[in-house]
Amino acid sequence: MNDSFVTIGKPMKKVDGLAIVRGKPAYTPDYDMPDALVVKLLRSPHAHAIIRSIDSSQALSIPGVVGIFTYQDVERVPYTRAGQGYPEPSPYDTYLLDRKVRYVGDPVAVVAATTEKAALKALRKIKVEYETLDAVFDMKEASKEGSPIIHDESDCSGVYDNSRNIAAHFVMDIGDVEKTLEECEFVIRRTYHVDTQLHAALEPHNALTYLDPVGRLVVISSTQVPFHCRRILSRILKKPIAEIRVIKPRIGGGFGGKQSVIAEPYAALVTLKTGKPARIAYTREEVSMATNIRHEMSYDVIVGAAGDGKIKAISLHGISNTGAYGEHCLTTFMVSGSKTLPLYNKVDAVHFGGDIVYTNLPPAGAYRGYGAPQGLFPLDCAIDELAYEMKMDPLKLKEMNSIREGETSPIFEIMGEGREGVPQIMRSCKLQECIDLGRKAIGWDSKWGKKKRNGNKVRGVGCALAMQGSGIPKIDMGAATIKMNEDGSFNLLVGATDLGTGSDTILAQIAAEVLTVPLEKIIVYSSDTDLTPFDVGAYASSTTYVSGNAVRLAAEKVKERLLDLAAVYFEKDRSELTLESAEVRSRDGSSVSLSELCTMHMYTFNQQQISESASYVGEESPPPFAASFAEVEIDTDTGKITLVNFVSYADCGLALNPIQAMGQLEGGSMQGIGWALYEDIIYGKDGRMLTNDFFTYKVPSRMDYGKLTCSLVDSYEPTGPFGAKSIGEIGIDTPIPAISNAIFDAAGIRLRHAPFKSERVLFEILNMEV
Amino acid sequence: MRIAFTVNGRLHELDIDPGEYLLEVLRRIGYKSVRRSCNSASCGTCTVLLNGKPILSCSTFAVSVDGQNIETVEGMADGDKLHPIQEAILEEGGAQCGYCIPGVVMTGEALLRENPDPSDEEIRLALNGNICRCTGYEPQNRAIKKAAQVMRGEIDE
Repeated sequence: MNDSFVTIGKPMKKVDGLAIVRGKPAYTPDYDMPDALVVKLLRSPHAHAIIRSIDSSQALSIPGVVGIFTYQDVERVPYTRAGQGYPEPSPYDTYLLDRKVRYVGDPVAVVAATTEKAALKALRKIKVEYETLDAVFDMKEASKEGSPIIHDESDCSGVYDNSRNIAAHFVMDIGDVEKTLEECEFVIRRTYHVDTQLHAALEPHNALTYLDPVGRLVVISSTQVPFHCRRILSRILKKPIAEIRVIKPRIGGGFGGKQSVIAEPYAALVTLKTGKPARIAYTREEVSMATNIRHEMSYDVIVGAAGDGKIKAISLHGISNTGAYGEHCLTTFMVSGSKTLPLYNKVDAVHFGGDIVYTNLPPAGAYRGYGAPQGLFPLDCAIDELAYEMKMDPLKLKEMNSIREGETSPIFEIMGEGREGVPQIMRSCKLQECIDLGRKAIGWDSKWGKKKRNGNKVRGVGCALAMQGSGIPKIDMGAATIKMNEDGSFNLLVGATDLGTGSDTILAQIAAEVLTVPLEKIIVYSSDTDLTPFDVGAYASSTTYVSGNAVRLAAEKVKERLLDLAAVYFEKDRSELTLESAEVRSRDGSSVSLSELCTMHMYTFNQQQISESASYVGEESPPPFAASFAEVEIDTDTGKITLVNFVSYADCGLALNPIQAMGQLEGGSMQGIGWALYEDIIYGKDGRMLTNDFFTYKVPSRMDYGKLTCSLVDSYEPTGPFGAKSIGEIGIDTPIPAISNAIFDAAGIRLRHAPFKSERVLFEILNMEV
Repeated sequence: MRIAFTVNGRLHELDIDPGEYLLEVLRRIGYKSVRRSCNSASCGTCTVLLNGKPILSCSTFAVSVDGQNIETVEGMADGDKLHPIQEAILEEGGAQCGYCIPGVVMTGEALLRENPDPSDEEIRLALNGNICRCTGYEPQNRAIKKAAQVMRGEIDE
């Protein structure tokens, strides 16, 4: 099917690749603005406190310090930092600066100075008197009676129950789970817990702000969501949207961490207060403890099956930790059900629900997978446990109960992004092929259940199946504008943001394919709220599917315009003309190149600019599917876990650029492997994140895994651009359950709390020996 | 204080603060490929070569390179012609967000100068300090291997 395409489905080099490998200035910190003020934030040392007084007088007298701003200097506007559809399904519980601080790291004062040294000195000289309050760090304690109330202010809105620290709450039921369980021969009831994770994007959050010559605020920012950023800034700074311009240069990694508006407002505040350009650059410590982290979640899971292995009931009831503020709190929780439960669609009854609670810890937010991996861990592992209970091959059990092409699940309709969803049938689902290929690649049939022992080393294998989505249907929109130049090249303007995924390249490939021109004739610009059309941004695995469809539609409009104009030029009927290989050809054999045609159209003949825009909003969200397999070796003397091999096969529809698609699967898998085995956030008793640097927070490196084998299966999604679905998130979903299941196969130990630290394995081994 | 050092063969003489780190100074004089990430010598993003050996510029005092040679990724391509490591990274999909790439290229270059025919294990070991959060490492490891083959003349560029 790829052969009919010229650019689509080919491993094209990235359009920004040359700049990247040559280290060209491309990212926000590379912009020079010599007179920009340095902005630093004074942060709370307490997890929960009231600010009694702030004395900035000494700090203000330091040479070079231009201004210090506290809650007394800013208007009190409740908002959410979440960059998501509007109105947001997240509570308005955040203030630019507040009299109350709710976690260690909450901003207390904004310092603006002419040099970094002066700014740092000022931070030390600001005197703050706090009245400390009791804090709550354990999410299971947070909603109990007597817990300190984190959001006791009266002006926040959208919180489910302030008095019990419940930011959001959701419940849905299909059928009657308890009644169905009575008919089940096998029932598994367990509790699974997954800790948080840091995005650890290599480029720290940063922004540069200034006023343009007519006084509009310009914000250059490493953001995944330039248009949401503009809207949120407009709200909190009380400046009309028309007076704000957000420019997004290259982004040095996001993974959802730059889907919230975090650093930008403080630089913008300084620019508005002083009239001067301002730059804010978070340190690694600030990125770790004061941006966003992943939602820690815990689930009580129940799975019931008939004697023949048919899964009849599933219940996931859980709790999610949103930290001090509720950005993305409801939606990440819902996704942990909505992107996992439809996978096992042959059930009679399903329950999903629980609370998302506030604690005095760093705020959680969007993170690749967006809740789905937190839901898949209990679901997949409980089914794995069920298989062992039934003395059945777990892969077989998952295979026979999972969704296939042409099938559906009522959950699609019930659960959407903070509201009801949309019904959809799986038009493309090559899960079976993923299973078959992965099973062979890992050697499942010769390895599973064999307990291979070599001295003190035992080996085992585990599997996990996953699905995700492609954008948020009926909510999130992407748009594209294509403008033709006289040499037959095209400017492709998109509001979508390439965070390194290669989406600029993929969107250019779509335009090039429709317009029949070589890839280098498509010049991509993304994104600038003044210049590029609206796009909600890069999140929810949406860029290829949602923005890609918009690009395809815009390119088709341009193609139609070209043919219409060529018909006038040739004086022929439109139906006699075709666009092929960058030429308009007539049935009689005459032809004109796009450059010739457009030069004439612009300068001499029928003078017109060809420029078209198109928008796209998904009617559904076709899921990509994956089957992943882990082989681990456990040292029974020390508990050390070695990941020998990780195999993942995914169905992402037609891979528009196989190299970039594979990169997403490989990168997502490695992030999941890191979360499963190495990445462990530790807090002090006072709620301070102790692992806020790359010494103590272990991002996996090249020596931390054995083999990583990722592959794509051929598929075609009819609603996607040229058959494509998404691939950005699904890679991160499977490593935790697959590795947990492999540890059980190897050592007979069920670790139900991720990450799987070697000491946890060792303690279990010691327990078994006792 | 005044120091002098060469960057990619070009002599720079400039005033620095005694406590300034090389990362800051290099960025200040225009070598924007040298990037700050962890700022604590644990991610490899800011790697440059000092007299041919990889060092972490975020934790190297600028004063310590007085009179010595620095190489950054800006000096790797020959005009429009990319260095084989740069070319291979593009071909293998080893660059996603690209923030780590200057550090990866420089560490890879230092490895291949010392060991023109590294094994897979030697590549992993040499680049172990270069964190990449995007790629999952496999494409970058393949790229270094491929570049080594190109540089040895075993496969065409």
